[in-house]
Amino acid sequence: MAPFRALGIGLILLGILLLPVGPVHALTVPALKGRINDYAQILSPATISQLENALRYFEQQESTQIVVLTVPTLEGDSLEDFSIRVAESWKIGQKKIDNGAILLIAKQEKKLRIEVGFGLEGKLTDLISGRIIHDIIVPRFKEGNFDQGIINGVTAMMEAVKGEFKAKAAPTSGKNSNQGDLAGLIVPLLIFFAFLGNFLQRNRLAAGAVGAVGCPLFGLFFLGFSWIALAILVIVGLFGGLIAATMLSGGGRGGGFFLGPGIGGFGGGSSGGDSGGFSGGGGDFGGGGASGDW
Amino acid sequence: MQRLIKLFTLFLITLTISGCGYNALQMKEEAVSKAWADIESNLQRRADLIPNLVETVKGYASHEKETMTQVTEARSKASSIQLSAADLSNPAAMQKLQEAQGGLSSALSRLMVVVEKYPDLKANQNFRDLQGQLEGTENRINVARQRYNKAVEDFNASIRVFPASLTNSLLLHLQKKEYFKADAEARTAPKVNFK
Repeated sequence: MAPFRALGIGLILLGILLLPVGPVHALTVPALKGRINDYAQILSPATISQLENALRYFEQQESTQIVVLTVPTLEGDSLEDFSIRVAESWKIGQKKIDNGAILLIAKQEKKLRIEVGFGLEGKLTDLISGRIIHDIIVPRFKEGNFDQGIINGVTAMMEAVKGEFKAKAAPTSGKNSNQGDLAGLIVPLLIFFAFLGNFLQRNRLAAGAVGAVGCPLFGLFFLGFSWIALAILVIVGLFGGLIAATMLSGGGRGGGFFLGPGIGGFGGGSSGGDSGGFSGGGGDFGGGGASGDW
Repeated sequence: MQRLIKLFTLFLITLTISGCGYNALQMKEEAVSKAWADIESNLQRRADLIPNLVETVKGYASHEKETMTQVTEARSKASSIQLSAADLSNPAAMQKLQEAQGGLSSALSRLMVVVEKYPDLKANQNFRDLQGQLEGTENRINVARQRYNKAVEDFNASIRVFPASLTNSLLLHLQKKEYFKADAEARTAPKVNFK
C-alpha cells in the first residue's frame, strides 16, 4: 500500500507544479456566443436580435464581420490590453483580408473601445473610430440609453466600411453552393470507388472505364453542368477506378478500410451547417481603433 | 542501383537538415525581422503625426514654445536612429533607439500635460482628432512591441536548444536578438490623464 500512497502524493505534487501560472490581473476572454455578446446585460432582447440580423446580413453582403462585446467590469485590466486579447482569440474577420471590427464596452469602468482589424484600417481609421465613439455613442450612453448608443454606433461602423469588401459569393448564389458540395462529392466518390474496386478487382480496365463514366455522372448530380469539371472528373474516374481495382485486388479487406472513414465523413458533414453558430473567420488585428469613456 | 543510393542519400540529407532546425531557425529569424518592421512603421507613423500636432498647438498656446521645441527636437533625434536587420542583435544600437523613442514619448506627454491649460485648444476638433490618432498609434506601437518581443523570445529560445543550437553554431551563426523594452514613460504615454 505504502508505495502506492507515495506515488499518489508524488502525482499530486507534480500536478501542482504543472498548474498554469498565469498573470494575476489578466481578465479571461469570454466565449464568442454570437455577433452580440452582452455579458454586461445592458441591451434589450429586441436590440440584440435587431443587431444580430443586421450584422448577419452585412456579413452575407460584404464578408466583413462586426461583433459587439459588453463586459460588466475589466477587473483592473487595461481596456486596450483586454481588447487586443479578445481580438486575437476571437479572430473576427475573414482570413488574409482581416476585415473584422469589435465594439467593446466595459460597463463599470464606463469605457469603450472600437478595435479594428488590419483590413478595415483604411476606412475605419483611428480618427473615424474616435469620432464614432465621441460623437455618436457617448452622448447616448450619457443619457443611459445603451440600446440606441450601440445601434447607432454599429450602424456608423457599417457605414464607414461599406463597400470596402464584397462577399465572395452570397450563400444563395450558385457558385457558393457548388463549393459547399465539392467536399460532399468526395465522400460518395470514395465509396463509389471502393465498391467499384471490390466488384471489378479482377478487371482493372473495366474498373477504369466504369469510373470514367460514373465519376462525371456523380459530378453532374452534385455540381451541375460544367465542361471543365466533367473533363477533370473523367480523368479522376479513370485513374480512381484503376487504382481502386489494383488496391483491392488482394481481397475484400481493403473495402472496409475505404468504407470506414467514408461513412464517418458523412456524419461529420451533415452536422455542420450554415444555420449553426457564428465564429470568427481568422482575421488579424494590430491594435488599430480608438478608445473613449462616458 | 547506384543512382538509387544517391537519390536516397540526397533525401536523407534534406531530411536531416530540416530536422535540425535549419529551415525553422531561418523562418523564426524572418518572423523577428517582420515584427520589427511593424514596430518601425508604427514609430514612423507617430513621427509623422507630430509636426501637425505641434502646428495645431502653436495656434492656441504660443507661450509653450519651450515644450514644443523639445518635442520637435526629440522627434528629429528619434527619426535619425534607424536599425538595420543586423542591428537587432546589437544591444548598444537597440539601447540607443529605445532611449531616443522614450525621449520622444516623454516630450509628448509633457506637451499633453501643458495643453490642459488651454480649454479652447482641447475643444478644437483638429486637436482632438490628432490626439485620438496619437493615442491610436501609441497603442499600435504597444501591440507591435509585444508581438516583436514574443518573436524574439521564440527565436532566442530556439537557437539555444539542441539540435538547432548545433545547426546554428556550425552552419548559420545567427545571433540572439534584443528585446524592445518599453520604458516607464512610454508605458504611460497612451494614458495621459487629463485632470
